[in-house]
Amino acid sequence: MEALITWLDSRLADNSIFTLQTLSYYGEGLVTTVQLVFLSLVLGLVAAVPLAIGRGAKRRWVRLPIFLYCYVFRGTPLLVQLYLIYYGVVFVEGIQETWLWVILEKPFVPALIAFTLNTAAYTTEIFHGAIKATAKGEIEAARAYGMSQRLMMRRIIIPSAFRRALPAYGNEVIFMLHASAIASVVTIMDLTGAARFVYARFYAPFEAFLFVAAIYLCLTFAILYLFRYLEKRLLAHLKPASG
Amino acid sequence: MIDLHGYGPRLLEGALVTIELALLSLVLAIVLGLVTASAKMSRSWLAHRIGTLYTTIIRGVPDLVLMMLMFFGGQIGINQFTDWLYTQFAIDIFINVNEFAAGVITIGLIFGAYMGETFRGAFLAVDSGQIEAGRAYGMNHWLVFRRIRFPQMMRHAIPGLSNNWMVLLKTTALVSVIGLSDMVRIATEASKATREPFTFMIIVAAIYLLIASVSEWGFARLQKRYNVGYTEAD
Amino acid sequence: MTLRTTLSLGVLGVAMIVGTANAEVRDIRIAVDVPYEPMEYRTPEGELTGFDIDLGNALCAEIGIQCEWVVQGWDGIIPGLMARKYDAIMSSMTINEQRREQVLFSDPYITPPSAWFAPADVEIGTPSEETLEGMTIGVQRGTLQDNYVTDMYGDVADVNRYATADDMVLDMDSGRLDAVFLDFPIGKSTLIDSEAGDYKVVGEMITEPKEYFGEGFGIAFRQRDQELADAFNEALAALQEDGTYDEIFEEYFGEQE
Repeated sequence: MEALITWLDSRLADNSIFTLQTLSYYGEGLVTTVQLVFLSLVLGLVAAVPLAIGRGAKRRWVRLPIFLYCYVFRGTPLLVQLYLIYYGVVFVEGIQETWLWVILEKPFVPALIAFTLNTAAYTTEIFHGAIKATAKGEIEAARAYGMSQRLMMRRIIIPSAFRRALPAYGNEVIFMLHASAIASVVTIMDLTGAARFVYARFYAPFEAFLFVAAIYLCLTFAILYLFRYLEKRLLAHLKPASG
Repeated sequence: MIDLHGYGPRLLEGALVTIELALLSLVLAIVLGLVTASAKMSRSWLAHRIGTLYTTIIRGVPDLVLMMLMFFGGQIGINQFTDWLYTQFAIDIFINVNEFAAGVITIGLIFGAYMGETFRGAFLAVDSGQIEAGRAYGMNHWLVFRRIRFPQMMRHAIPGLSNNWMVLLKTTALVSVIGLSDMVRIATEASKATREPFTFMIIVAAIYLLIASVSEWGFARLQKRYNVGYTEAD
Repeated sequence: MTLRTTLSLGVLGVAMIVGTANAEVRDIRIAVDVPYEPMEYRTPEGELTGFDIDLGNALCAEIGIQCEWVVQGWDGIIPGLMARKYDAIMSSMTINEQRREQVLFSDPYITPPSAWFAPADVEIGTPSEETLEGMTIGVQRGTLQDNYVTDMYGDVADVNRYATADDMVLDMDSGRLDAVFLDFPIGKSTLIDSEAGDYKVVGEMITEPKEYFGEGFGIAFRQRDQELADAFNEALAALQEDGTYDEIFEEYFGEQE
C-alpha cells in the first residue's frame, strides 16, 4: 500500500500527462459517452415495445420483417453497422443539399442512429421473450374478465413482461455502454476517444487506458446498482416471503 | 456481378483470419472459463477472490479499451518484465507477441470471464444427487467429473455457450481497429481505396450472418445431443 | 498491476524467442503505416509500395542486409519500436524534439512541408484563428499536424482525428470536413491529383515553428542502436551521391524540387 502511494505521488508530482487539458478531454468524453448511450437506450426502448408486440403477431407480414430486422442487427457486429450508416448516409443522392445534412454531417447522429437500431433489435428480442413467458393463468384470468386483446396487452401482459425483462435489460444497458467505445472510430471524442488521444500524444498506454477503464468500471457499477435497486422495488412480489 | 476491384481474394483471407481468431479465442475462453468457474466454486478464499476480481473487472470495462490496453500496453509491460529479469538476474530473453496472438489472448481473456459465469451456473444446476450416486458407485473425483458433472453441466451450459460464441464472433471485428487484417479491416481499406463502402461492408455483414447461422444450427444439434434423456419442455 | 503480470505470464507460453542483446548491424524489420500515398501504400493485391518502401529497400541493399517490412498502425508505431516488434520506422516520420526523447533518428531523407487542403468550393482565407473558427478540421491522430492544430486551433475549431489519411479523405469527399492539415506530398497525391473530388491548397506551405514541424522525415531507431543509424546515414549519403535517390524521387514526385 505504501509503495502504491509513493508511486502515485511520484507520478503526479512531475506528470506531464494528466494535465488540466487532458483531464478536460476525459471530462468532455464522459459527457459525450453518457449522452450517446442514454439517448440511444431511450430511443431504442421506445421503438422496441411495439416491435416486440409485432414480433409475436399472428400475421406473417408483420412478424417476418421484424424478425429479419432483429436477426440482421443481432447477427452482425455493431462496428460494421456503424460504418454502414456513417459512410452510407453520404451516398443518399443529394443529401448534402438538404437540411438533414446539418445533423448527419457530424458523427454524433449517425452513431446515434446505429446504436439505436442495434439496441432496439436486442431489446425487442428481450421483450419478446418476456411477453412469451407470460403465465397462462394471467391471460386466462384476463380473458375471464372479458378484457379485449388490446386491453389485456396494456394492463396485464406488458406490465408483467416489463418486470420480467428487467434483469436482461440491465445487461443490455451495460452492453451498450461498453459497445459505445467504438464511437471513437468515427472521430467522436467519447471516453475512449479521449484515451486514444492521450495515448497517441504521450505514448503512454497504461496511463491513458487504465484511467479510462476505471471510469467505465465506475459507470458499470452505477448501472448495476441502479438495476438492482429497481429489481428490488419492482420484483418484490416475486421474492419468497420472509418472516 | 458485384465488382470487388480485385479485393475478392484478400477479403476471403480476411474472413479466414476472422474465423481462426474466433475459434482459437473460443478454445482459450472455454479453458479459462472452466478454470474460473472452479476457482469461484472452490473452498479456497484466495481462489474465490481472484476469480471474482477477474470476472468483475473484465465485465466492467469495454472490450475495445481492454484490447487497446493489451495491444499497446501489453508488449511494453512484457518488456519491462524482461528488462527487469535482465537487470536482476542477468537473464536475457525477448518475448515477441504478434498481433494475431495478442488478439487471441485478449479476446480469450475477455470471454473467459463470461464463460466462467456460464459454467458456474451450469455446474450448480447439476443435481447433487447425481454426484452422490456417482460417488456411491465408487467413482473417483475425476471420473465423476468426466462421466457425470461435465456432460450434465454441458446441457445447461450450451445456451449460454452459444450466446457467448455469438458475441465473441462479433467482438472479433474490433481487432480491425487495432490493426489486425481481419475481414472488417480489409473491407475498410477496400472501401477507402475504391470509395464504395456499401459494397464491401454489406459483403462483410453477410459473411458474419452466414457464420452466425451455421453456428446456430451447430449449437442446436449439440443441444439435442446433450439433451438425450430429457424432454424438450425442461 | 495484476493484469500486467498475468498477461506477461500468459504470454510466456505463447511465443518465446531468445534474442541476442548486442546491436551489430544485422537483418532488420522496418515498420510502416499504410496507406499514405505516395510515401507508402498498397496495391490492390496487397503489395507494399511507395517512396519510403523503394528508398528503404535501396538503403538496405546498399548496406547489404535483408529488410522485412512490417505494417503497423500509426498510433502504435513508436511503442512498437520500443517494444522491439521491429527495429526501425520508415514511415514519413518527422524528426522533432518530442520524438527525439523516445527514439534515435537518422539524417533527414526528405523534407516536405505541411499544408492546408480544402474542397474547392469552401471559402476559406489564409488559415488563422478567425478564418478557421467553427470549421471542422481533419488530422491524422498522433501526427505533428494533430499536435499543431490541437494547440493552435483546438479552442476555436472542431478537430476530427483519424487513424489513417484515407479515412480523412473519405470524410472530406462526403462533405464532413471543411479542411484538412496534411504533409504536402500526401495531400497533393491523394487530394489534388486524384480524380475523386475538387480540392485546393489553402495558404502557404507551413514549416514553422520547428518545435512542431521539425527538420524533415527521418528513419527512427531505438536509442541504443547508434551503429544501425550510422549505417543508414552512410548508405543514404552514398545513394544521394550515385543518383539512385534522385531516380526514386522522380518516380514518385516528378522532376520538380
